[in-house]
Amino acid sequence: MDVKLRVWRQNGPTNDGAFKEYAARGISPEASFLEMLDIVNEELTAAGEEPIAFDHDCREGICGTCGLMINGQPHGPQQGTATCQLHMRKFSDGATIVIEPWRAAAFPVVKDLVVDRSAFDRIIEAGGYISVATGSAPDANLIPVPKDAAEASMDAAACIGCGACVASCPNSAAQLFTAAKMAHLNLLPQGQPERFLRAIAMVDVMEEYFGSCTNHGECETACPKGISIDYIAHMNRDYLRGQLANSRLAGQRG
Amino acid sequence: MTATESRTDSAGKTRRPLPWPVRFYQSDVGKKYVMAITGIVGLGFIVFHMLGNLHAFEGARQLNEYAEGLRDIGEPIAPRTLLVWIGRIGLLVALVLHVHSAYTLTRSNRRARGSSGYEGDRTYLAANYASRTMGWTGVIILLFLVWHLADLTIGVELANPDFARGEVYANLIASLERWPVFLLYVGAQGALALHIWHGAWSLFQSIGVNNPRFNHWRANFATTLATIIAVGYLTVPFSIMFGIIH
Repeated sequence: MDVKLRVWRQNGPTNDGAFKEYAARGISPEASFLEMLDIVNEELTAAGEEPIAFDHDCREGICGTCGLMINGQPHGPQQGTATCQLHMRKFSDGATIVIEPWRAAAFPVVKDLVVDRSAFDRIIEAGGYISVATGSAPDANLIPVPKDAAEASMDAAACIGCGACVASCPNSAAQLFTAAKMAHLNLLPQGQPERFLRAIAMVDVMEEYFGSCTNHGECETACPKGISIDYIAHMNRDYLRGQLANSRLAGQRG
Repeated sequence: MTATESRTDSAGKTRRPLPWPVRFYQSDVGKKYVMAITGIVGLGFIVFHMLGNLHAFEGARQLNEYAEGLRDIGEPIAPRTLLVWIGRIGLLVALVLHVHSAYTLTRSNRRARGSSGYEGDRTYLAANYASRTMGWTGVIILLFLVWHLADLTIGVELANPDFARGEVYANLIASLERWPVFLLYVGAQGALALHIWHGAWSLFQSIGVNNPRFNHWRANFATTLATIIAVGYLTVPFSIMFGIIH
């Protein structure tokens, strides 16, 4: 199949960018979207042009490195998958595909389609961990966790930190990312001692970089892991409770 | 992780922390709580105002008596008009907080979005017309509110030349018989219904009320409330235009 690409090209963070058109010819419908870009890049390299820079790593939807705005949808038209899991059969022959980087003030473009997502790292540093000596792995089921709570925590922990939630949000809010990273700890017994400190610390850092939530729900549909905006409500509640909490009772379940 | 119990000023001196409500309001999440809670206050007022409007169908005497009766609420324990003034001031404070938080959040959202938006078209899957236009419907409601108070509460000469204090029924008909006013009223109710349709669902998320068992009620609640309010308010101007109330 043949497709036309309109790709955002930008030499560096301080350069102006613009769309450039490319033709991808003879692409197999079974090729993945990133493989299609690889083929285009090989042709560009052979022609002595600068290949299109894009982020990718595991190419099986678990690392969260890839992430492109494809025809106005984060990770493209297929829901519940990352860009690397998207295949060309999702597009029709002869189609024009617009490819842009994530757009947000906190995600500056590094080059072409690559953005700097280290603002997410600042949020994790603020409280996306538990403070315990790890030692050797504890015995399984040593700490009882209700089944539903374990499932809810695992659903939140599915977040791969790709940034599609921020990219899809009209406010560039990172509420879904922060809420997921907070919830997977705050829902478990191991997360309780620091639960409310964590809520305050992570939200405060998040707000330094990102916008606020107006409950559009776009992030939920953009998320390759289908993480629910329910967690945003949990985060809001934990933030209020953290604000009201008596920190001397922090070791007790609130 | 440490709780920030103290803060340092620009000169490096440790200052006492700001009082709790101020600190909470400084955060975006806190502002969303304020928006939701002041929104609930507004919804309460809107529902009672709508119920009051329906007295128009009982006739001039009943509507005027109801309006005058609002000033007597709280008697004989509280002095006349005290409670109505406390209510008015409370509503004004809620409105100011609602608008201020909306304004500051919108500004911080624009900053977070940055100067470079998407060049290609966005495809929105979950955001609907109501959620995308909250700012505009809010501004329409605010401007309508100014007009509405000038027209039927204060009776500014320019807005309603036939206004007579205490003659609620006559004022209402004199004003809404004018086509431009009727259309303005209907348009503003449309904006209000859209605003409530998103707001009355959204507020649950903002204040952290989320339980899978009851979540489907939230959207139904918002749709039902927006419909009841729109229908309830629109019965009066349409009845005046069709001569049912005269």
